[in-house]
Amino acid sequence: MIGYLLRRLLYSIPILIGVNVLIFTLFFAVNSPDNMARIQLGMKHVTPEAVLKWKREHGYDKPLFFHGAAQGAAKFTETVFFNKSVPMFAFQFGAADDGRDIGHDIKNRMWPSLALAVPVFLIGMLVEITFALILAFFRATYVDFAGVVLCVAMMSISGLFYIIGGQFLVSKLLHLVPISGYQGGWDAFKFLVLPVAIGVIGGIGSGVRLYRTIFLEEMGRDYVRTARAKGLAERVVLFRHVLRNALIPILTGAVVVIPTLFMGSLISESFFGIPGLGSYTIDAIRSQDFAIVHAMVFLGSVLYILGLLMTDVAYTLVDPRIRLA
Amino acid sequence: MTHIKFAFLWTDILIYCLLLVVGLYVWRARSKAHLAAPWRKVARRPAAMASAVVLCAFLAMGLLDSVHFREALPNQKPGAATEYSLEVISALDRVLKPLRTQTEKTYSAPLAIQLYAMESMEQPDGRTLRGHPRLKHGGAHLGQHSEGRHSDVLWLVAQGTLIALLIWCVLLIGVGRRVTWRALLHGETELPWRTILFTLGGLLWLACVLWLLAPKYHVFGTDKVGQDVLYLSLKSIRTGLVIGTLTVLIMLPFALWLGVMAGYFKGWVDDVIQYVYSTLNAIPDVLLIAAAVLMMQVYMDINKDAFASLTERADFRLLFLCLILGITSWTSLCRLLRGETLKLTEVDYVQAAQAFGVSHWQIMARHILPNVMHIVLITVTLRFSSLVLAEAVLAYVGVGVDPTMHSWGNMINSARLELAREPIVWWPLAAAFVFMFALVLAANLFADAVRDAFDPRSE
Repeated sequence: MIGYLLRRLLYSIPILIGVNVLIFTLFFAVNSPDNMARIQLGMKHVTPEAVLKWKREHGYDKPLFFHGAAQGAAKFTETVFFNKSVPMFAFQFGAADDGRDIGHDIKNRMWPSLALAVPVFLIGMLVEITFALILAFFRATYVDFAGVVLCVAMMSISGLFYIIGGQFLVSKLLHLVPISGYQGGWDAFKFLVLPVAIGVIGGIGSGVRLYRTIFLEEMGRDYVRTARAKGLAERVVLFRHVLRNALIPILTGAVVVIPTLFMGSLISESFFGIPGLGSYTIDAIRSQDFAIVHAMVFLGSVLYILGLLMTDVAYTLVDPRIRLA
Repeated sequence: MTHIKFAFLWTDILIYCLLLVVGLYVWRARSKAHLAAPWRKVARRPAAMASAVVLCAFLAMGLLDSVHFREALPNQKPGAATEYSLEVISALDRVLKPLRTQTEKTYSAPLAIQLYAMESMEQPDGRTLRGHPRLKHGGAHLGQHSEGRHSDVLWLVAQGTLIALLIWCVLLIGVGRRVTWRALLHGETELPWRTILFTLGGLLWLACVLWLLAPKYHVFGTDKVGQDVLYLSLKSIRTGLVIGTLTVLIMLPFALWLGVMAGYFKGWVDDVIQYVYSTLNAIPDVLLIAAAVLMMQVYMDINKDAFASLTERADFRLLFLCLILGITSWTSLCRLLRGETLKLTEVDYVQAAQAFGVSHWQIMARHILPNVMHIVLITVTLRFSSLVLAEAVLAYVGVGVDPTMHSWGNMINSARLELAREPIVWWPLAAAFVFMFALVLAANLFADAVRDAFDPRSE
């Protein structure tokens, strides 16, 4: 298994290089460092000297991909691409285009992101599994039918509606919690209650439907018929047999998203003014800060690959029939 | 008689192509029993047919909005070449002319006849008075007085209801000649006519009432610059449909081609294709879309002269957005197709074809492609609704369709700050959400039926 994991890790290197090349190409296909300097300096009449100075300070004064004048390997290492991408592999994110230290920002902003994303993930999962179990228990009755209809309706509502509606109802009309903002420590609770609740509610529709399908599939298996034939109560069949076996696909499916929880949720962080990585990313997109977008893309890809690896490991852990070779 | 000159936008042309493709598919499916059978199954589901009716209504609006032209300017000099307006409008704009042209100064509530905000008004006797100024168009036929408004609205609604009822009765009789009344009443007809008729009735009622009310009042109010919210919502339908359908049209060739090739040839071809889609998958979607849209924005800023009009510019951006959404969303379909093709290459008939020396392309086209089409169909229909929802989120991030283009995302984005106002302005948000909800719900229900009918596992 260790051999397998090592191979997968090695395989992820070309993927990460590909990600970097793609993002670089997208950004610099029509944009040029000169252009970026002008945007960042933000003045009407920018002198060529100022542009040069900005480019030198931020490391954009070399050719993008290929340095024709250099010798040997320096043809490739003396480039913006090489200098900006290689430190990423050591998680050295460097400075943003406006001068802040990205690594420091990420470390600071990670916690609010996690404080929002982890509860949404855990509570959401618990709620979804509970409801899905209820629907599976009442399968092929009006309860089940109504539940599925409700799920489809909830899936069809825009996520923005939950956020805007929730903010309006809970914060503006009822004044229960602040509309937006964030504080560290225990004070965070009152700021996080609403975003977490909305995150959970927004995911219920699709989650319950998915888990219900998994439960129903599991209930058609032979071992369930055997359990019923033994005369076990439906409750026992559902909890002791179906739930346990259905947890295999549910958990292994959920593992892949765990690392990406770090990235935070773009929309709700930005709506609720939570200083996490999601709102960081949105701000970077809006201000066209290439360094931050680049760092976040890299981080996102690493976490995604990590998630895939963890899924593989999770499979072997919960299902002894599967061996990685 | 005004002359018009047709203008073809890129998305229009692609929509016509899409219609052609769908038409060809329908024509083929009619004659092939194995293609038509699952569709018959879909047609027997009441929920699917109700949503199909709603989808058709949306589609009709979208298609009307996809015929663009420029009108000839009035006061043409006789003998000279006809001059056309620079503004490109659509057939829907023409139909909704009163809605498009009757703009107010700023916000007004649904069915209101006064502006929402207080203003200082000059009285005839020279005094200034603070109050809500009268709207220019909303309820203009009532004159200065507002007492008659409620009864006037009710009267129009009653008239609309009556007209709708009459049309509905004609439809009912039309259907009643094909099936027995008893079966219709108990919902026992082969096609769920009862559901179809009720959905049609609801839509007809809405259409008739709005048709009578909309020219006289702003049924859903007006937005910040005084545009009719109903008009904005109707215009947004096309944007939503284009994003939902053209994206799929763009991603299909990639996904089909690469997925089937990867599964069929295996070996290094498979490795390369897997590498490409793993790389694309690894990048967080929003970031990839954002990077691409920012790139395009810079490109459009540099090449300002390439676009003849604002409409063309916005259209180009919409098309590009579809392209980039297509690139981010083909990977999952590609993976599914690869897996299915891997399975199919082991099947007897493919092996037999290989043994007979049939060329690779022929095997792929004749033996594999038709057998993976159900996956394509299911994914495409399921994908549609998530794309419509994604548009709103992208508009919020600032990488959605052009800000000048009518879309539900733009409506929500520009109206969301107004909730903080006192008193609040809720109607643009409500209208956008309701329209979006109706389209997405219908699409979801329809997609469910399609999946149940086409998925071999659901037997």
